[in-house]
Amino acid sequence: MSITIVGNSAAAVGAIEAIREHDRDVAIQVVTAEGPAIYSRPLISHYVGGEIDQGRLAYRPPSFYEAHNVQALFDEPVTAIDPAGHTITTAKGRVLAYDQLLLAMGGSPIVPPMPGLELEGVVTFATLGDAEAIDRLIGAGRVSHAVVVGGGMIGIKATDALLKRGVRVTMVELAPRILIRALDEQGATMMTELFEGAGVRVLTGNTVAEIVPQDGRIAGVVLQDGQRLDCDLLVFGIGVRPNVALAREAGLDVDRGVVVDRAMRTSDPSIYAAGDVAEAYDLVVDLNRTVAIWPNAYRQGAIAGAQMVGQPRQDQGGIAMNAIEVAGVPCVSIGEGNAEGDGYDVLTRSSPERRQYRRLVLEGNRLVGVILVGNISRAGIYTGLIRHRVDISAHRDSLLSDRLSLLSVPDDYRKHVVRGQGIEV
Amino acid sequence: MKRIVIHEEYCMACRLCEVHCLVAHSSSRDIIKAYRDERDTVMSRVIVEESGPLSFAMQCRQCQDPRCLEACPSGAMHRDPATGAITCDESRCVGCWMCIMVCPAGAVQQSTSGHRVASKCDLCQDADMPACVAHCPNEALTYEEVS
Repeated sequence: MSITIVGNSAAAVGAIEAIREHDRDVAIQVVTAEGPAIYSRPLISHYVGGEIDQGRLAYRPPSFYEAHNVQALFDEPVTAIDPAGHTITTAKGRVLAYDQLLLAMGGSPIVPPMPGLELEGVVTFATLGDAEAIDRLIGAGRVSHAVVVGGGMIGIKATDALLKRGVRVTMVELAPRILIRALDEQGATMMTELFEGAGVRVLTGNTVAEIVPQDGRIAGVVLQDGQRLDCDLLVFGIGVRPNVALAREAGLDVDRGVVVDRAMRTSDPSIYAAGDVAEAYDLVVDLNRTVAIWPNAYRQGAIAGAQMVGQPRQDQGGIAMNAIEVAGVPCVSIGEGNAEGDGYDVLTRSSPERRQYRRLVLEGNRLVGVILVGNISRAGIYTGLIRHRVDISAHRDSLLSDRLSLLSVPDDYRKHVVRGQGIEV
Repeated sequence: MKRIVIHEEYCMACRLCEVHCLVAHSSSRDIIKAYRDERDTVMSRVIVEESGPLSFAMQCRQCQDPRCLEACPSGAMHRDPATGAITCDESRCVGCWMCIMVCPAGAVQQSTSGHRVASKCDLCQDADMPACVAHCPNEALTYEEVS
């Protein structure tokens, strides 16, 4: 029996750790387009921002593969999957047999096609290579003004990191407001004001249409509305697209991501998918969808890993969520925090002068979403209530309190959490 | 492994657990010096919840399948290979607050140490018994082998 894993980030590590928890012997092979470092992509903003050195990007130590008895092939992208023959082919022409395969190859940054993408100073914000390129340019004193395309999680993190390095930033977002998928209008306005207070120019309803070159480097951009901005760095932080091409060519069921069931199994019973490439169950919207976040990736990998060694484990479903920080003010969005309209009951509490905002979204008796700006203390209590579909109808007021605690939840649920056993399935 | 068991029916909200947790995590480990000299930089990792007659001391529940561990992108949150305890290696934490966002008990806090790190119960790894349990006068916290 042999297990092959394509990819080497959170989902792959989750799978390897789960496999080895149950089975010391099964052969595991990792094939990855990247190098040997198992680093943390969410941390590259902290590296670019100068908060941590490159060594701290390591998610697992260099000895990880050896310690877990994993054979790894680095810098070797997979070019084809043959589900009938149970093989994969790599860019080096190797054909590798598998008994069970885990697709954990993540996603790729979205970059709108336009001339000039190859110029120095034009980057994405996803990999260690991107972070090193930005760090090098800033270190060489060649960046005074940056344009960041995208006002979502990635663009926000890139902008905040560049600010910390003293770079002047213009953020350009096509939607009418930044963080449109995570925040409602009031929350987004607060974050926009925080950016503007820190000197960032935030342009919405606009995007980069053209790159202006000069001597092999970027000199500026022309926006959709025709205005020209001079800049020496252009960062595409729009989002990621799941790397589904190989799965699609192999005939697997692919939608936006590779569609998986609650065991992380694809339409081929020997092939699993986990992490940013997978379209897995989201318990809040009650649908499969792609949600490119670290916690889901690790857990999905662990479920796939357990399954592959005969330990039945079902996914209870993920929740879209993220935590960011702008100019030192933290912000958390959980589930359908920005939902509005019929069928939703919205409770808010704000104190703009303290830069605090709290928004709870209920559907019937259940909490389905939360936005917190400023005070994120004990936010996970909300996540637990959403995950466990707790009836909170009698606790609406206390849950909106600035002093959120386990006293704000129903007695039965509190006792369940306090007991601590079997909190998580 | 041993876990801290909470008995809310015995808790009197005296908050001695908070006091001794803070002391146990101070540099001086001395109650006077900790409160006099270190009060701004050291915090209790146990939180006493109190409302009318109901109170209990809450710290990390040491979940069997910890959400904080899977959510942590830095690798700081980890299971100690020797003891099995879930602890945060503050030298690796970057303060992204993913753990705060996912802990159902609300047991992870932003540290007040001046370092941007997550702070949580470490079961007083170098002691026989966690300080909060050892100093609870009413056995509202006990340290027990729980499967």
